[in-house]
Amino acid sequence: MSRRIVGPFNRVEGDLEVKLEIEDGTVQGAWVNSPLYRGFEQILNGKDPRDALVYTPRICGICSVAQSMAAATALADAEGLVAPENGRLMQNVILGVENVADHFTHFYLFFMPDFARPVYAGEPWYPEIAVRFKAVEGAASREILPVRSAFMHIMGTLAGHWPHTLGLQPGGTTHAIDHGAQARVLATLATFRRFLETRTFGDELEAVTALGSAAELGDWAGQLGPAASDLGMFLRLIEPLQLDRLGRASDRFLSYGAYAHDATHLFKRGVHADGKAQAFDQGQITEDLASGWFAPSDGPRHPSRGVTIPDADAKGGYTWCKAPRLAGKVVEVGALARQLVDGHPLICDLVKASGGNVANRVIARLIEIARLIPALEDWTRRITPHEPFYVDGWTLTDAEGMGLIEAARGSLGHWLTVTNGSIASYQIVAPTTWNFSPRDTAGTPGACEQALVGAPVRKGEADPVAVQHIVRSFDPCMVCTVH
Amino acid sequence: MKTNGSKSNGSGPPARTLLWLQSGGCGGCTLSLICAEQPDFLTALDVAGIRLLWHPSLSEATGAEFSAVIDEVRSGTVPLDILCLEGSVIHGPNGSGRFHLQAGTGEPMKDLIAELCELAGDVMAIGICASFGGVTAAGANHVEASGLAYDGSEPGGLVGDAFRAGSGRPVINISGCPVHPDWVVETLLQLTLGTLAQDDLDALGRPRLYSDHLVHHGCPRNEYYEYKASAEKLSNLGCLMEHLGCMATQVHADCNIRLWNGGGSCTRAGYPCISCTEPGFERQTHPYLETPKLAGIPIGLPTDMPKAWFVALAALSKAATPPRVKSNAVADYIITPPSALKGKARK
Repeated sequence: MSRRIVGPFNRVEGDLEVKLEIEDGTVQGAWVNSPLYRGFEQILNGKDPRDALVYTPRICGICSVAQSMAAATALADAEGLVAPENGRLMQNVILGVENVADHFTHFYLFFMPDFARPVYAGEPWYPEIAVRFKAVEGAASREILPVRSAFMHIMGTLAGHWPHTLGLQPGGTTHAIDHGAQARVLATLATFRRFLETRTFGDELEAVTALGSAAELGDWAGQLGPAASDLGMFLRLIEPLQLDRLGRASDRFLSYGAYAHDATHLFKRGVHADGKAQAFDQGQITEDLASGWFAPSDGPRHPSRGVTIPDADAKGGYTWCKAPRLAGKVVEVGALARQLVDGHPLICDLVKASGGNVANRVIARLIEIARLIPALEDWTRRITPHEPFYVDGWTLTDAEGMGLIEAARGSLGHWLTVTNGSIASYQIVAPTTWNFSPRDTAGTPGACEQALVGAPVRKGEADPVAVQHIVRSFDPCMVCTVH
Repeated sequence: MKTNGSKSNGSGPPARTLLWLQSGGCGGCTLSLICAEQPDFLTALDVAGIRLLWHPSLSEATGAEFSAVIDEVRSGTVPLDILCLEGSVIHGPNGSGRFHLQAGTGEPMKDLIAELCELAGDVMAIGICASFGGVTAAGANHVEASGLAYDGSEPGGLVGDAFRAGSGRPVINISGCPVHPDWVVETLLQLTLGTLAQDDLDALGRPRLYSDHLVHHGCPRNEYYEYKASAEKLSNLGCLMEHLGCMATQVHADCNIRLWNGGGSCTRAGYPCISCTEPGFERQTHPYLETPKLAGIPIGLPTDMPKAWFVALAALSKAATPPRVKSNAVADYIITPPSALKGKARK
C-alpha cells in the first residue's frame, strides 16, 4: 500500500487536493480535500437580506448567476413574491446561458486537454486529439474562446456583464429589454447554434437530442458528419480507455429541478436511486461535519438550522467541506443526474447499462447543451417587451426562505433566516459540496471519493491520469464547495 | 504547432514569462478575462510575446508538474517576468494562513505568494480581492484577508507599501469585481511594449487607462442625472443615484465607455454601480441598493464638487426637468420620445 497526495488540480474551478491509497496499481481509497475557506456564511450574518445578491454571486466566478438565482429564489420565497412572466423568462435565459457556457468551457478547456497529455503519446488516436485539444496550444482552445466570448454577449445585453450581475432580483430582472435587444439575443443564439452544429456535434441539435439509446448513439457516431465532430472524437475514446467503466460512484442521483416555468421545470425535480425514480423531500437534506474542520456539532443538521464555525484543529477533519446527505445517503448531482431524473431516453439507457461514470457524465453535459439552446430560443421569443419585468418586494423583518435551483454542476440550495430585518442565518449547499463531500459520521465516503476507488495507476505516474479524468468528469467547482 | 515558443515571433525579443496564482477569491476574474475579444486572451498573450508558465484554468500541468514549474522559478532556471495573483491573500486563522494551504504541499499559500513576489519582474494584483481584500475580507474579515500591497485603502497587505518588484514598480492593482478583460490585456501589452511608466498608475496603483474615468462617464442615464430625474425602482430608466445606491459619480472605472460582454454595463442593465473598483467596496455601511441620505440629500455626492453648489444645481435642474425626462425616468421604457427634429429642408 502506498499513499500519495495529488494537487493542485488545475482546470477545475478553485483549489483541490486528493489523498490516494494505492495498491496493485489501483486506487483503494481516496480522501478529497477542499483546502480554501473564505467564510461566506459568516460574512452574510447581520447583513441586510437584499445584500445577499451582492455577496453570494461572488462565491463563484463560474457559477455566479446560479448563486444569484438561488439567492433571489430564497428571498422571493421569504417575501412571498412572484416575479412577472418576463422576469422569469429572462432569469431562465440568463441562467441557461451560464449553464451552457460552463458545459462548453468544461468540455473544451478543462476536460478534453487531459487526453492530449504525453502519457497517451503512443496511442493510435493521439495525434488527432493532441492537435485539437492540447491545453493552450491546441486548435480547439484557440477556436472556442472567441465563440464563447461572442455567446456571452447575451450576458452583456441582458444582465450588464458576466460574471457578477445584480440583474437577477427576487422580483424579476432589472433590465426591461426592447424588441431590438430580443432580436439581438436570438441572433447571438443562432450564431452559437451554428458553431455547435458545425464543430461540437456535426449535426443538428434536434438530431442529437433525439438520440434514444446507446445503440443509436453508436450508430450516429459512425456517420460521416458526427464522426468529424468534437463529440464524435470524444465518443471514440470511450472504448479504448474504458471511460464507461471509470469513476462510478453511488448511482443515487438528485436534481432539484431546473428552469422553473409554468408551474413546472424544464428538467424535472426528483431522485433516481436503486434504478428507479423517487420523490424528493428537501426535509431529508442534512449536512454532516464529522470530517470537516469545524467546531464539534451535535450531529447532522438540516441546512435551515445549519451552523458554520471553522476550526482548523478539528479532530477528524481533513477538508473545509461539509458532507451533505439525502436521507443519510450519498447522492451525485450534475447534468447526468438532471437528464436522468428528467428521463432523457439516451441518458437513461446509458445509466442503465453502466451507471454514473466518466463517459456518461460528459455525454449528459453535451446532451444538455443541445437541449438548452432550443429552450433558450423559445424563452427569448416569449419575452414580451413593454410588459413588466420586475416588481418591488417588501422589506423583510422576520422570515425564512429557501432557494433550490440547478447550477451547471448540479443542485444548489440557499437557506435563509431573517430576524429583525437582518440575516440571522444563511446556509449554502453547492453542487460540488454534494459531489466532493468527505466521509460522514458513519465513515461513508462522498461521491467523488467513491468514484476514485478502482482507478488504475500506471507505472511511474505521480498524478494518475485516470484519477484526473474521474475528478474532472464531475466538473468540480471548489470555490462553491466550501464558499 | 507550438504558438508559445521561447521567442515571441522570429527575431523578436525573448518571450516574457507569466505565472498566475489564485488564492482567496472566486476565480471570476479569470472567467471574465477569457471573455476578452479582438484579440482573445490566448492570442493577446501571443501578441504580447508572453509565455504562460502556468495558469490554473488553462494549463495542462497538474500536481507534480506544477511543482516542477515552481521549482524552476525558485532556482532561477526560468525567469519570472510577470506574477499575477487573483484572489486575496489569506492570513488567518491567527496569522497562520491555514484557511488556504496550498494543495499538494500543505504550505500556507501566503508564503508561496510572498516568495514569488520577491522573484518577479512585475507583480499584478488581478481583481479587487488581490488589490485591496475584496469580498473575502467582508464582514468581520474572519479569514484575515488582505490585498497584496493594501489592506483595504491602507497600504500594507502581504508585501507592504515599500515593496518594489524587479522592474522597480510597485504592485499593479487591477481592481474590479470582476476585472474587465481589457484592463488586464492592455496593461500586459503596455508592460511588454515597455510603455508602462510610473505615471500610468494612480495613487492606489491602478492603471490610469481605466481609473482616470468615472463609471458615470458615458452612462446612458446622464440626461436623467442632469435633471435629477430619478428611478423609483429597479428597472426604471431614470438616474439610480438618488434612491437606488448608485455610486457611479464617485467610482473610478471606464465601465460605461469600454463596455462589457459586447455592450453591457451595470447601469445599462438597470442596477447601480456598487463601487467594485474601490477599496472598501465589500463593507458598505448601507444596503447596496439604497442611497444613504441626510435630510433627504444623498450623502455620497461627487467628491470634487462643493456640496452647496450640488444642492443648488440639483434644485434648479429638478425644477427645469422637461416632462419627457420626468415621465421616462419612472418608466421601464421610453414612453415619451424626444420630439421629432424639425429639419430645415422640409417646411
